[in-house]
Amino acid sequence: MSVDAATVRRIAHLARIAVSEGEVPHLQGELNAMLAFVEQLSEVNVEGVEPMTSVTPMQMKKRQDLVNDGEIADDIVANAPATEGHFFLVPKVVE
Amino acid sequence: MTDLTSLTLAEARKGLAAKTFTSLELTDAHLNAIEAARVLNAFVMETPDQARTMAREADARIGKGDAGPLAGIPLGIKDLFATKGVRTTACSKILGNFVPTYESTITSQLWRDGAVMLGKLNNDEFAMGSSNETSCFGPVGNPWRRDGSNATLVPGGSSGGSASAVAALLCMGATATDTGGSIRQPAAFTATVGIKPTYGRCSRWGIVAFASSLDQAGPIARSTRDAAMLLRSMAGHDPKDTTSVDMAVPDYEAAIGKSVKGMKIGIPKEYRLDGMPAEIEKLWEAGAAWLKAAGAELVEVSLPHTKYALPAYYIVAPAEASSNLARYDGVRYGLREQGRNINELYENTRAEGFGAEVKRRVMIGSYVLSAGYYDAYYLRAQKVRTLIKKDFEDCFAKGVDAILTPATPSAAFGIGEKGGADPVEMYLNDIFTVTVNMAGLPGIAVPAGTDAQGLPLGLQLIGRPFDEETLFSLGEVIEQAAGRFTPVKWW
Repeated sequence: MSVDAATVRRIAHLARIAVSEGEVPHLQGELNAMLAFVEQLSEVNVEGVEPMTSVTPMQMKKRQDLVNDGEIADDIVANAPATEGHFFLVPKVVE
Repeated sequence: MTDLTSLTLAEARKGLAAKTFTSLELTDAHLNAIEAARVLNAFVMETPDQARTMAREADARIGKGDAGPLAGIPLGIKDLFATKGVRTTACSKILGNFVPTYESTITSQLWRDGAVMLGKLNNDEFAMGSSNETSCFGPVGNPWRRDGSNATLVPGGSSGGSASAVAALLCMGATATDTGGSIRQPAAFTATVGIKPTYGRCSRWGIVAFASSLDQAGPIARSTRDAAMLLRSMAGHDPKDTTSVDMAVPDYEAAIGKSVKGMKIGIPKEYRLDGMPAEIEKLWEAGAAWLKAAGAELVEVSLPHTKYALPAYYIVAPAEASSNLARYDGVRYGLREQGRNINELYENTRAEGFGAEVKRRVMIGSYVLSAGYYDAYYLRAQKVRTLIKKDFEDCFAKGVDAILTPATPSAAFGIGEKGGADPVEMYLNDIFTVTVNMAGLPGIAVPAGTDAQGLPLGLQLIGRPFDEETLFSLGEVIEQAAGRFTPVKWW
C-alpha cells in the first residue's frame, strides 16, 4: 500500500500537524518508504494468532477508588503558556 | 585530582567509604570534566549548584555512617526523566522550558540512595532516533574517533548523551531509556555497558512516554558491576505505574563473578545477516568462545520471526507514539503557536514544535490506527509481536539460559552519514536489539572489541524475563575476557 498527496494531507490533519504544500511530496516519499518497509509483514501467517495486549504475563493491579492526590492546581498550570487563575486559556471554541 | 573521573563507580564507592576523597571532590572533578567537554554536547543542562549541594549532603551522610548504596556518586540524567525544578525537554522544542513540579520515580530512588545529579543529558527528540541527531539541541559527539581521523562520529541513540558522557568520563553512570535499542546501541558505539531490563522491572512514571508497551529505563555505565549497582537502585515496584511488577529487587551485584558453568547459551542463526561485516561475525565467535571457556555450553537456536521484528516495531511504536504525543497541544505546557481557532493552534504548535523524525512517526502512527487501516497494519503487527515473543519462549523452554548476539550491525558512523534519503537506513541500526523490546525481555550490551578502524563493538546477551542476574554474570565473563576500552581524549 502507498499513500498519495491527498492522503498525506488527511493524515497530517488527523495528527494535528500543519503541513505546507511544499512539504507534501517529501513527506509522501518518506511515509511510502516506511510503508514499503512494513509491507513484508503481509507474508507472515497470522491465522489464529492472538494480538499481543500485554508483554509480561501479569495481572494489572487495581487501585483503590480513593482520592489520594490533589489541591495542586498551582502546579498543574505552572507550565501553561496562557492561563487565567487556575484556567487554561484557548481560542474561542463555542460560538 | 582530575583522575577521580577515571574511577569506576565501584572504585569510587570504596574511596568514599574510606574517606580517601569526598563526594564534593569527586563531584567537582566531574563538573570540571563536563565544562572541558562541552564540544561533545552531551549535557543539555548542567546543574553544578544542585550537584554540590547534593554532594555535601552525601558527605554528611557518609560521615554519620548512614550512607545509601550510591552515596556521593555523580550521575547524569537523560533529559527524558522529569526532574523537579530542573528543565526537562525530551530534547524537543515542543516542551520548551518545561520545568516539572514532580520527580520521576527512578530518579527519586537514585537520590534516595544518595546519588548526585550533575545535569541533564542529550538524547534524540522524544527518544526517536539511533544517532542522537534528532535532538533539538543538536547532535552529540562520540568520544571515539576512527584511527587517524578527525571526523566526529555519532554516539548512537537515543541515549547518545548518556553513552557519550559515561565513555568520556563526565559522569560515573547515567540513566537511559530503551524502546527499540536506545540503551544497548549507544552503549555498543561507545564501549560502555548498557542494560535494558525486563519490561515492568523499572517504573516508567515521570519518564516522557514514547511507546508505552516497549519503553523501559536502565543504566549505562563503564562496567557490568557499575551497571548492576545502578539497576538495583533504579528497579522496583511503583504503585504509580501499573505495569511495574511487584517483585523483590535482587542484589544484582552479587551476580557479578558468579560461575556460568553449565549454562546453555543460544546462538540464533537468524541473526547471521547477509552482508554482515566480517568483524562483527568474528566478534560474535570470540564472545561465544569466551563463554565456552568459562564453562557455558553453546547451542544453535532458531528465532524464525526475527526479520519481522523491525517492521512490526515500525507500526507498533509509531502507533503508541501518536497517541502519547497527542498531549503536546500548546495548551497545558510547552510551546504554543497561535491560530485563528483551536484546531489551527494545535496544528501550528505541533508543526513548529516537533522535528522531522517525530512528525514522520506521529503521522505514520495516526495512519496505521485510522479507520480502514487498523486491521491491516496495527492488528497484524500485534499478532506478529505475539509470534516474536513465542520464538523466545520456545527457545527458553528448551533450557536455554541466555542468547548471545551482536549488539549492532556496524560500529559508530559519521554525523549526517545515514538516513538522509531513506529513514529506513537509520532504523536498521536496531535490527538486533528491537526483538528484545517486542518480547519484553532483558538485554545487555557489553563492549567486546574494536573494528579495523579502532572503533568499539559490542555483544548483546538476551535473558529470560526478570533474569537480569544471568545477564550480569555472563556480561562479566565477556568484560573480563575482552578487557576495558577507553577512548583517546581529543576534546
